[in-house]
Order: sequence, then C-alpha cells, then structure tokens
Amino acid sequence: MAEQPTSVPLATPGPQTGPANAIDVRDVTRDYRRPRTSLRHPSPPVHALRGVSFAVPQGQRFGIVGESGCGKSTLLRILAGLDRPTSGSVAIDGRDITGLRERRLKFVRERLQLVFQDPMSSLDPRMRVGDIVGEPLIAQGHGNRRERVAELLEAVGLRADAADRYPHQFSGGQRQRISIARALAPRPKIIVADEPVSALDVSVRAQVLNLIADLVDELSLTLVFVSHDLSVVRHVCDRVAVMHAGQIVETGDTEQVYEDPQHSYTRRLIAAVPTLGKALSGVSAADLNQEYRP
Amino acid sequence: MSALVTEAAVASEGPDGRRRRRPVTGSLLVGGLIVALVLGMALLSFVWTPHDPTLVNSSARLQEPSLEYWFGTDKFGRDVFSQILMGSRTTLFVGFVAVGVAAVVGVPLGIVAGMGPRWFGELLMRGNDMLLAFPALLLAIMFAAVYGASTLVAMVAIGIASIPNFARLIRGGTLQVMKTEYVIAARAAGRGPFAIGLRHVLPNVSSLVIVQASVGFAIAVLAEAALSFLGFGTPPPTPSWGRMLQESQELLSSDPRLAVFPGVAIAVAVLGFNLLGDGLRDRFDPKLEDHR
Repeated sequence: MAEQPTSVPLATPGPQTGPANAIDVRDVTRDYRRPRTSLRHPSPPVHALRGVSFAVPQGQRFGIVGESGCGKSTLLRILAGLDRPTSGSVAIDGRDITGLRERRLKFVRERLQLVFQDPMSSLDPRMRVGDIVGEPLIAQGHGNRRERVAELLEAVGLRADAADRYPHQFSGGQRQRISIARALAPRPKIIVADEPVSALDVSVRAQVLNLIADLVDELSLTLVFVSHDLSVVRHVCDRVAVMHAGQIVETGDTEQVYEDPQHSYTRRLIAAVPTLGKALSGVSAADLNQEYRP
Repeated sequence: MSALVTEAAVASEGPDGRRRRRPVTGSLLVGGLIVALVLGMALLSFVWTPHDPTLVNSSARLQEPSLEYWFGTDKFGRDVFSQILMGSRTTLFVGFVAVGVAAVVGVPLGIVAGMGPRWFGELLMRGNDMLLAFPALLLAIMFAAVYGASTLVAMVAIGIASIPNFARLIRGGTLQVMKTEYVIAARAAGRGPFAIGLRHVLPNVSSLVIVQASVGFAIAVLAEAALSFLGFGTPPPTPSWGRMLQESQELLSSDPRLAVFPGVAIAVAVLGFNLLGDGLRDRFDPKLEDHR
C-alpha cells in the first residue's frame, strides 16, 4: 500500500489479525461508459469508484457510509465478484478475484454472501421460501437441504413452516430475515449487507440489526455493512469508512470517527443525524446544511 | 431479543394471501366462458353431431333453419350446425399449432436474447425485426405454394410468423427480471445462467407467455379463416369456419345466413380469446397492480 493515490485522509487498512485479510481492496476504480450523445466526442465516462483501498481483517464488522450515488453499491458488486473493476484488485481471503472467470469464482460464492436492500425485490416472488433459502445449497451441491433450511429459518426467528409459503405472505422485516437465512445457507465466512434495513419500518430496524449483529457474533463472520445512515452503522460496526463521490475520504474506528470526524464531509454526515435535542431546539435539515457547509 | 420473538410470532400468523386473490374481471369471465364454449363444442363434435357434417344430401339443399337442421343446410345439403361444431375442432387445432410453434421457439429465443451479452441480444432482435416486417399471411401462402395447402402447413407458417412477437415480448420481460436483486442473489449463490433462466426468468415471464398465447390464438384463428377463405388453408371436406364463409359468398344475396353463422362463430371465438388475454394480463401484470 505504498502508493496511495487518494489525496484525502488515508484509507488505512485495519490491523492485521490472522493469516490474511478477509477482504483486501487495492486502488479499485470503476468507470462506466455512457452512450454517445455527440458525433464528435465520446461521452465522458462516469467514475463510479476512483482509487478505493481498504482492508477488512477476519471477524471485523466493517461499515461503509455514504450518500446514495457515491459508489457504495458498485463497490459491493465488485467485492462479490459480480462486476469487474476498471483497474485495481480485490482479494477475498488472500486470493485475488479480479479478472477471474465465473467458474474460478466458486470459492467466492461459497465464502461471501449478500443481503440486499429491498426485501421486496431480492426474493423471487414465484419461489417458495424454502426454495429461496435452499438455492445456494442446490447451486453449491450441499445435501440435507430440508433440514438445513428449517435450521436456518429458526436461526433467523421464523417458523419452519415458513418454508412452504411465498415471499409476499411476509412483512418487510420477515422478508429481510428470509434474505439473511439465504445468505447464511452455504455457511459463508463473509456477509456483505447492502443497506439491509433502510427499506424497513423504523420499528423493525432494530430487530433486524440485532439479528445481524447476533448472527455475526455467533458464527464469527466478517461483516461488511453498507448504509447511508451513520447511526445504523454505529450500532453495528467496529470500523467505518466514509465514502464520498467514489472515494473513501475517512476510515477509522466507528466511535472515533463519530466523536472526532476529520473530514468535512464526515462532519456533515454526522450533523445530519437527527437527534431529539436538535429537533426540540427547532433545527431543520436546511439549517444543518448551511451551518456545516465547508 | 423479546421484540424479535414477538415479530416472529406475528410472522407465522402472517397476513395470509393478502394480495393473492384478485377479483375476476369481466373480460376474464366472458373470455373464459367463450373459450370454454368453443372447447365444449369441439369436444361435443367427437361424440355427437346432429348430422354427418360432410354428408352431401341433394334432396335437402339450401334448407332454412328448422328443428331438423338447426342452422339450415348449404348448397350441397350439408348441415350447417354440424359443420360449425366440427369447425371448432379445426379452430382449436389451428390455435394450438400456431401458438405452440411460436411459443416453443419464441420464448427461449427471447430469454436467450435477454440474458446474453448486449450485442448478441441486439443482433437477435434485429433479425427478429426483419421477420416481423414480413406479412404472416404472405408467408403462409408461400408455404402453401411450396408444401401444398393444408391446415398444418398454414398454421406452422402462422406460428413462424408469430415468433417475433413472442421473442420481443419475452426479451423485454427477461431484461427486467435480470435486473432484479433476486437474480443477483442467485448469481452470488453460484447459480449458472441456465439455472437462472429456468428457475427465475421463465417462471417470472410466464404470465407474459400466457397473455401473448391467448392473443396469438385469436390471431391464428383469424388467419386460418382468411387462408381457408382464399383457398390456402384447410382443404375440403374438413369443415372449417373460414371455408364455410368462402363457400357462402356466391349465395350471399340469396342465402346470407350461410355467411352469418360461420362469421359470427369466428368473430365470437376471436373476441373470446382476446378478452381472455386481456383478462389474464390484468390478473397477472404486476405493473397494473398499483393502479387499481
């Protein structure tokens, strides 16, 4: 990590524990080409990620915070081997996955699973819950599917008979539990959660967050948790990286970043977290924006 | 953790079937009834017709409708009602062959075009557009000229001409499904493209297939009538509504009822399949769900 291209505060990797980091991201960029709109000039590419580097040691709960459109979801897709970076490299458990063919990505599929933002669209409406949760097991050729599915449903707080029902018969929070059960099915070591609670009612958010935190502890998983909401990340994560416009602007222990933010963008994010005190003193979002503009 | 248990308990009670049973719309009901009627007529013709529909009876030519001949007789003395009953078999056969050919080729084509790389999909669709530009009836007439006029040949031609409709529609549906998070989740779970196509894409575009099939059915029935009318479809003596129309035209001024009965049968059957298609779309299309 000698050549660190980002000028803003260094995205330093976390402390090395164990043989290899669960995730190692080095200088990843991802450009998207837009269709031409002019005959003379090609459209300028969109830089979704520009030189993102970070490392997540085994067992850490790593948060990534940033507003919508800052490249979080692109980063996740690259981490999961579902998209390729334009340059840079990603290693899962010390093995480089950049540029590998789908066939060679099998170990990523086994070790890393995703939980998505929208529990409506992340579960196939035409599949029974048992088949949804069991899908990774079929795909990876595990046996004893029924037992394992029942065990998983129980682990996320659903009854075993949920397996015979369809996703639309469940509430948002319950669907997110199904999604979590599916992610845990192949016994992954890394869970990547993309805004797993932002589509949920505030009342069930805490339950799902606690469930994720408990399962991560219990199964000693590595968690990468993406959110636009710093307070949610603070609830779950040990370390946090703040993303802005395709770059990581600040990394640190969650409490430290929260208490003593270094970058102006982080300060704005923290200021945007609503608190009772601010609400009582009549501060509105518009005021905050002006007050903290760099 | 107690809150968690509470929610889980509610989960098992669940809002069962909250949005699953949608009301049966008028078009679905009427369309379904008409299609059931056509189906019933075809089944009935296997066990019973008032007279032999192909029996030429020179002593009973051009009879008016009576208790003996419910819809009267044609210029050869054949019973019109029996012919209508038998003709419904031809109509259904025609629909199944044409829609079958179109769906069996068009659906996989659409799914492949939607799942493959972008350039590949575009290439397939441009070829599709070329086929779409070719008139179905002309293709059927060409086939009839080459392979001889028969119901099967005509309907295979109509089926081939309907492939682009299926392929384009299914490709659109596939592109939508491929963007959903459940497909991304399936990829992350290690599912290959074949399994994703079969287990996720096909079930989720199946409602499109059903809707397009019922509309295609109507098109095929109409095409068969037109081709038989022109003499490129069902050859005599097999009764066909289209050929009955054609045979009636010289007597149109003296015996218009000979045109009315098969004409009404064709119109009602086409209407029925179209209504059924509409009704099924209303019932299945999730995009319409929020607007009601």
